[in-house]
Amino acid sequence: MRRRGHLLRLLGAGGLLLTLSFSLGSCFTERQNEGAQLYATHCSSCHGDQGQGLERLIPPVAAADYIASNRAELPCLVRKGMQGDIVVNGIHYNQIMPGHEDLTDSQITNLLNFLQTNWGNTNQPYTIRETAELLGRCNGSDGQ
Amino acid sequence: MTNSFRRAGLLLAAAGAALSLSLGGCSSEPNSSVERLPVLGFKSAEPTSPSDTLPDPIPAFRLTNQDRQVITNQTFAGKVYVTDFFFATCPSICPKMQSELLRVYKAFETNPDVLFLSHTIDPAHDSIPVLRDYAERLGINDASRWHFATAGRDSVFALAKAYMTGAEVDAAVPGGFAHSGTFALVDSQRRVRGVYDGMVPEQVDQLIKDIPVLLKEEAEAQPVAAK
Repeated sequence: MRRRGHLLRLLGAGGLLLTLSFSLGSCFTERQNEGAQLYATHCSSCHGDQGQGLERLIPPVAAADYIASNRAELPCLVRKGMQGDIVVNGIHYNQIMPGHEDLTDSQITNLLNFLQTNWGNTNQPYTIRETAELLGRCNGSDGQ
Repeated sequence: MTNSFRRAGLLLAAAGAALSLSLGGCSSEPNSSVERLPVLGFKSAEPTSPSDTLPDPIPAFRLTNQDRQVITNQTFAGKVYVTDFFFATCPSICPKMQSELLRVYKAFETNPDVLFLSHTIDPAHDSIPVLRDYAERLGINDASRWHFATAGRDSVFALAKAYMTGAEVDAAVPGGFAHSGTFALVDSQRRVRGVYDGMVPEQVDQLIKDIPVLLKEEAEAQPVAAK
């Protein structure tokens, strides 16, 4: 009798956990880390939820040569935005990218590290200090 | 003791079930396909008779597309079309929205009875060459299938209202214009038959399911109209 009660309670708790994990899964997307989360919030609407870009309008960030070859410029690019013609994987793009004064140096670091090490990019990540130094080039470091 | 254990277990199970039910509302369930789409829109004119309950049709419009062609309601005669509002330099929702509309376009690319119409809400910047460049970069080379159109700002904003989407000047938002990512599905009688949030893939899936329903209705109405 007591054993059954115990079992029921376990079942109940298990069921609760299970439904919680399932039902909450539909409310909140799973995020592995801050970089992925920041990408989803600030970048994915234009660059795509898998970094694929949009035809010849918006360049991809997944498997993008630009990410590797412009490593030192990327922190300022995120901070200040950019416009004008750029070439990514051999294709010309020309759209306005807004800057992000709302992100801290460490957030930019985590965002760029997510991009540099995911979706076919296998490049060297940044330290926060390095990002802050690179942001200094455009007076874009907020020291945080 | 055992009873209280059991009660606790039951309570937990009940709480779990209740939670899963209540939170189930977070994931939007797309409607299953229907026989006939509703007629949507606003009615501003006084009814002329008790049976006059249909919303106003899309008003007459005159726009210019990326090929410098004048397009009017007549351009869409006998067709169904999907419309939205965007601007080329929009940094927020437009790329996502236009990539979703591109998905719809690709689903009906081979059907000349389905047309697309994107209105710019920033006619000052989005000149004909800008619209043409935008369309081509999106991969749309046939302007007669997907029009990227411009007109005076006021008439575009008035049209947005008729298509049940919101667009207005707002200096506080990035890009300077506030607008929703709504897609409207319009029939050959200038009536809105569906509105979909272009930012929600499930709703766009529903649009892709609804278009054949409308096409079927149009095809069945054709012989009657010819009489």
